Amino acid sequence: MTTERFIRLSKPVVFLACLVPLGLLARKGIEGRLGANPIEVITHSTGDWTLIFLCITLAVTPLRRFLRLPWLVRYRRMAGLFAFFYALLHLLTFVVLDKFFDWHAMVLDVYKRPFITAGFTAFVLLVPLAVTSTAGMIRRLGGRRWQLLHRLVYVSALAGVIHYYWLVKADVTLPLRYAAVVGFLLACRVALYFADRRRSAPAAPAYAERTSP
Amino acid sequence: MLIRKPSDIRSSEITPRGVYLNRRKFLAGTAAAGAAALAGRAAAVLLAPDAAAADGAKLNVTVKSPFSTTEKQTSLQDITHYNNYYEFGTDKYSPARNAQALRTRPWKVKVDGEVLKPRTFDVDDLIKLAPLEERIYRHRCVEGWSIVVPWNGYPLSVLINEVQPTSKAKFVEFVTDLDLGVMSGAREPVLDWPYREGLRLDEAMNPLTLLCFGLYGEELPKQDGAPVRTVIPWKYGFKSCKSIVHIRFAEKQPATAWNTANAHEYGFYSNVNPEVDHPRWSQATERRLGEFFKRKTLLFNGYGDQVAALYAGMDLRKFY
Repeated sequence: MTTERFIRLSKPVVFLACLVPLGLLARKGIEGRLGANPIEVITHSTGDWTLIFLCITLAVTPLRRFLRLPWLVRYRRMAGLFAFFYALLHLLTFVVLDKFFDWHAMVLDVYKRPFITAGFTAFVLLVPLAVTSTAGMIRRLGGRRWQLLHRLVYVSALAGVIHYYWLVKADVTLPLRYAAVVGFLLACRVALYFADRRRSAPAAPAYAERTSP
Repeated sequence: MLIRKPSDIRSSEITPRGVYLNRRKFLAGTAAAGAAALAGRAAAVLLAPDAAAADGAKLNVTVKSPFSTTEKQTSLQDITHYNNYYEFGTDKYSPARNAQALRTRPWKVKVDGEVLKPRTFDVDDLIKLAPLEERIYRHRCVEGWSIVVPWNGYPLSVLINEVQPTSKAKFVEFVTDLDLGVMSGAREPVLDWPYREGLRLDEAMNPLTLLCFGLYGEELPKQDGAPVRTVIPWKYGFKSCKSIVHIRFAEKQPATAWNTANAHEYGFYSNVNPEVDHPRWSQATERRLGEFFKRKTLLFNGYGDQVAALYAGMDLRKFY
């Protein structure tokens, strides 16, 4: 099977796999197994999966470079859009289930509560990335500018981790675990950057692979 | 303050627990049906029978308290499967699993410090110090959720009068058991173990403050603080101390677990107060477990008539 054919066939499977967390959550809800505080469970689950998909998205570049699997990048958009999808569900849980459209309280929260400010920032930063994720938008923006814009995902992931870290009461184990993963994935980029610079030392255009579709 | 003397109610007049729970299940089911589409609560009530929660020994509860609220009581299932008991894990669902390994007999409670008659009680003697009451209290967590619990116990003042504090005693400190063999959560440095809490002596003497041995007419489930805990309904839940092994009377304000961990966020008093936000979240509203819409949080959790006088002249923003 050619790589191209594999990608084409596997994409729907990956897509469905990305919906499994939501499916499991929905099933728990239908079966009434969300426990004493269902809204909290939904909030935590959608928040967790947002961070997990952000980590997956951020893992694509290091993986394809270190493992020399350039075609992995073909799944990156899907992973990123699922991060946005779960972030949107997380935000909607807050707006509808938790606050029930109490805009006054929500605006105060975003303004007064650092952890909500961080979470909201993380979400807002993902919006332009989702909007410019289409092939047409990449063409319109130009690869270089598009790429620059999409570096916002680094900031969003960091804000997401800070959001989690700031909201827990005392046990920061889980937020620190995410922080370690995000930190590692960002460090990989620094390593790759210096490796590339050394290799392409004199002149040579900063490698073209990245900007090609 | 007017305190009616509770009338004696013969045990034969109390609705048997089964009938009572069935009635509650029916009511809960009816109420939940409306919200079912949103949260699947109806299914939860039907599929997770209350009986599954605990099989503790029955207590001889002979007194109904005038302090009880008539609000709808939280199901035993929710009371026993949504717990903050960090010694058994920091998420709400671990204590129900992990706390079952705690051995609650034999159990001694040492009472000492600034008292004339220090004494170590066996918990089976301690429970007989006064008739057990049913106290249906609102219980508000600092995290913004609340429940209504029919606790069983007697006023802490009974014990305090028994050991006779000296004139130096100004505070009471409570210490939770620290059994690292079963308390896997306490092996992590999340808090400065053992868990400690404290009250001013007049707070501890307030008739609302309960030394608690059970709920729903049975011995406390382990995840709720068996075999003996305190309940202080006008304060955030963490001010209550679970599985108590030591009660100490002191002249100085004792160091308490959450206050030590983060004094900026958790004050010594920690009275429920919608006006004083936790630095990281609002305390103006709360979610009563089982309800969809949040309700407004009440000053002193609605127990102002009984306790506001304790804090007369104090700036509650400063002494949060």
